[in-house]
Amino acid sequence: MTAPHEPASRGWTGAVRRRAVAALPPDKLLPDTQPAYMASWIYVFGVLTLSSLVVVLATGGVLALKGPAWWHVSDAGKYVNSLHLWSVELFMFFMVIHLWGKFFMAAWRGRRALTWITGVVCFLTSIGTAFTGYLVQQNFDSQWIAGQAKDGLNSVGIGAFFNVLDFGQMLMWHIVLLPFVLGLLTAWHILLVRLRGIVPPIGAADPAHGSPAASAPLPAEGEAP
Amino acid sequence: MTRRRRERAAVPDPAAFPTRSYDLVKEFTIALVVVALLTAALAAVFSSPDDRPVTLASWSRADGADFTATAAAELGGTSGTAEYGPPYNHTPGAAQKLGPLGLQSAAGVRIPIDTAEDFVLRPLADAPQPPVVRVALAAWAAAPAARQQAWTKAYSDALAKAPGGDPAKVTGGGFGPVPVLVARLLDMARSGALDGQLQAEGKFYETDYTRPLLFLSDGSYLETLARAQHLGGDQWGMMNETGDYPGQAWLWLYTFWYQIEPFKSSGNADALIWGLMALLSLGLMLLPFIPGLRSIPRWTRVHRLIWRSYHRTADQPEGRDNSPG
Repeated sequence: MTAPHEPASRGWTGAVRRRAVAALPPDKLLPDTQPAYMASWIYVFGVLTLSSLVVVLATGGVLALKGPAWWHVSDAGKYVNSLHLWSVELFMFFMVIHLWGKFFMAAWRGRRALTWITGVVCFLTSIGTAFTGYLVQQNFDSQWIAGQAKDGLNSVGIGAFFNVLDFGQMLMWHIVLLPFVLGLLTAWHILLVRLRGIVPPIGAADPAHGSPAASAPLPAEGEAP
Repeated sequence: MTRRRRERAAVPDPAAFPTRSYDLVKEFTIALVVVALLTAALAAVFSSPDDRPVTLASWSRADGADFTATAAAELGGTSGTAEYGPPYNHTPGAAQKLGPLGLQSAAGVRIPIDTAEDFVLRPLADAPQPPVVRVALAAWAAAPAARQQAWTKAYSDALAKAPGGDPAKVTGGGFGPVPVLVARLLDMARSGALDGQLQAEGKFYETDYTRPLLFLSDGSYLETLARAQHLGGDQWGMMNETGDYPGQAWLWLYTFWYQIEPFKSSGNADALIWGLMALLSLGLMLLPFIPGLRSIPRWTRVHRLIWRSYHRTADQPEGRDNSPG
């Protein structure tokens, strides 16, 4: 139902807004309650991963502001580079724990397969982003990693287009293309989590109907997307 | 109701369960502060590695014999880069294959490199040279390819036999202009001129280090330094970094395959491992659709630990009504 004072609701914008609000009303997008079964430390690793990503992007942003050579000649730059490095280490650590946690929860159940897939693609994209970061350090590590990595990439034809020995190309991938893709994937992943809700325990039955499934999982449960 | 629908219906809506109060924004803010503080502490305590890069100048000064032997191989077309195959050049049989798939060949030569011309002759020709070098360049250019190869092979063999590979201790002859050309290239490298020439190639702005990095990689000096830092391919090198830093620990599985047979000794190791990792990554991505693998969480029952508070209530006799309490 469209209010008379909202003429835009008849256009494309209104249609998009109606669909968006219907799919993710404000109380679902930013809930102030959560299912009582969410009572484990494993749930913390999702928000820790996201927090680490924010620190990675912020510290990387400072390095980008000052240019790629700054951290080699400045103590402050060296510290910001260290912040960037350790936030990446934490980000990857938290993400791997989050991934294993979601695996053991079979978190793809109940039409959540796309949430799982976007999470895995986020993980793979993060590996690529971190890898290009190591390539653009402009030090001995970069030289050696580039020389070693080119063989793998060349062996499957990727190296002809994605040249790890080309600093300029790798810098653009590291600070523009891959963070952009990772940002979009992360936003999509989080929206899917909010859209579908947090997956209930394996074997849990609908409390409204009740069934022995709470203690005896259905054969197909935990398997279907 | 189809089987698929029954399966979907088997996972209840989270909204149907009892809830408790939760502050999403507060949780995120606290997590952000904790991570920022942890990062700041780790950075302050451990800093980050920054070993200076190797330059052609530092290489030629530290190990002139290795530089000379590498330059002779580049000139004779027998170096690693000269015989690499795509994407640098056409070398029959050099490209790796993934089973019947020749992806390396299919991608083609898109970064063409002629090691003699790009690494030795052009840098020499582009710089002011004394008469003896100009004569040597002319002699090289006038000689047929077979003669050029005979000169460089004879000189490379003589260098290999000389004590310490020292060009000053080379004996014999039949080297043509090769010793003059290579010695002059060594001088240019030691002066630092070659670094700029190989990278800039006549341009002012340049960000592509492909040529100098390939030249460096063809020598043994870079690898010697890397192995001392436990970065060799058989030392799990891809996931390590200089010093005692964690490096790219997440590449452990990729690096692992290089340590075992049949990959370790295969001429197609890179292509095979890339193919395997692509398959495993696809498997991880599509795990929800793979029978057996998608049931592992239910079999392992780690989920009982994760949801132990839920099960504590739900498994009680009075909890058989499935209320999580």
